Amino acid sequence: MYAQLVETGVKRVKSLEEMTPEERAFQERIDAEIKIEPKNWMPDAYRQTLIRQISQHAHSEIVGMLPEGNWVTRAPTLKRKLQLMAKIQDEAGHGMYLYSAMETLGADRDAEIDKLHSGKAKYSSIFNYPTLNWADMGAVGWLVDGAAIVNQVVLQRTSYGPYSRAMIRICKEESFHQRQGYEILLTMMRHGTQAQKDMVQDAIDRLWWPALMMFGPSDADSPNSAQSMAWKVKRMSNDDLRQRFIDQTVPQLEFLGCTAPDPDLKWNEERGHYDFGPINWQEFYDVLKGNGPCNRERVSTRRKAIEDGAWVREAAVAHAAKRQQKQNAA
Amino acid sequence: MSEWILFEVFVRSKHGLNHKHVGSVHAADANMALESARDLYTRRNEGVSIWVVPSAQITATAGDEKEPFFDPSQDKVYRHASFYELPDEVGHM
Repeated sequence: MYAQLVETGVKRVKSLEEMTPEERAFQERIDAEIKIEPKNWMPDAYRQTLIRQISQHAHSEIVGMLPEGNWVTRAPTLKRKLQLMAKIQDEAGHGMYLYSAMETLGADRDAEIDKLHSGKAKYSSIFNYPTLNWADMGAVGWLVDGAAIVNQVVLQRTSYGPYSRAMIRICKEESFHQRQGYEILLTMMRHGTQAQKDMVQDAIDRLWWPALMMFGPSDADSPNSAQSMAWKVKRMSNDDLRQRFIDQTVPQLEFLGCTAPDPDLKWNEERGHYDFGPINWQEFYDVLKGNGPCNRERVSTRRKAIEDGAWVREAAVAHAAKRQQKQNAA
Repeated sequence: MSEWILFEVFVRSKHGLNHKHVGSVHAADANMALESARDLYTRRNEGVSIWVVPSAQITATAGDEKEPFFDPSQDKVYRHASFYELPDEVGHM
């Protein structure tokens, strides 16, 4: 979900009989739930898929700081401001864990970041929506981080060791994000004015569908899923993850006293799940292609941050060299 | 950033426990690596001590050589306490 539509470059999943001895040993290791580590042999397509998936995941964490950064200077209290900054710092940290995991596959961090800046690499569609009112900070924490948790909890069991370990670290930290988000909304609904309560509903109305889209296209339209599932870089299908998220979120929505912008959303006794209405996939593909409300702004903000920070990185190297020189002289 | 040095980070969580590998950071030098490691890996009191080691300085066993390399320890069951059967009357030992 933080990684959507990850290409595997594989048209059809090979059977064990069709594999070379190396490929077969690799697949059997995965089937036995033994983690793949950086120095193990792996098929090139597995390596490239993981680089795409992990870099996309990392980019999402980094770009994900921007919608929240929008509210740091406008948080309603000092306490909320500190919480928001702590959350944003966590997102930066999550990006770093993931870039490190990606580098163990031989990818270069700068090169992958360049791909983000040139529009070649994707990041989660959700971060291309604007955060228009303070309740959006609550809704992002609750819905967006909530959806992220559903996905990431499953990814803790992903087959690549460094990715799995990064996910375990990230999951430990994410639940703070979701709880602080929900608490923002709960406070507004319980103690807010009518205008503030309306802001909560407005935020949910705007972010509900984009949050559901985070899990990626329906299984029928996920050509890469079969290979990703066989490699266990993906552990549950998009639709199953989405359903799990909806099932756990609707009771929380009702507790808030809010509604979802979906007239078809209702409990299905027979299935034991909530039914929900059709998702506007055209919107999803448009946003992913770069035509969401904030795509251009997000990428140009990231680019500017890297460019404006160049002197800091140069200064750090100069300072390190100077310090080394002093040490050598002493 | 790729021209910076890659460091592996080890954190000791409580006094008395071993340092444990937690991840890596890029930094211009070791001092900067320590500060970045603190910000990245100990935001919630996870550590009382941090080591950073340039990744290039680590010598490791090759991933797929696992079996031959560790072979010598495979067939020595008598190194385990459970190898020795004692009568129940002896109690816990």
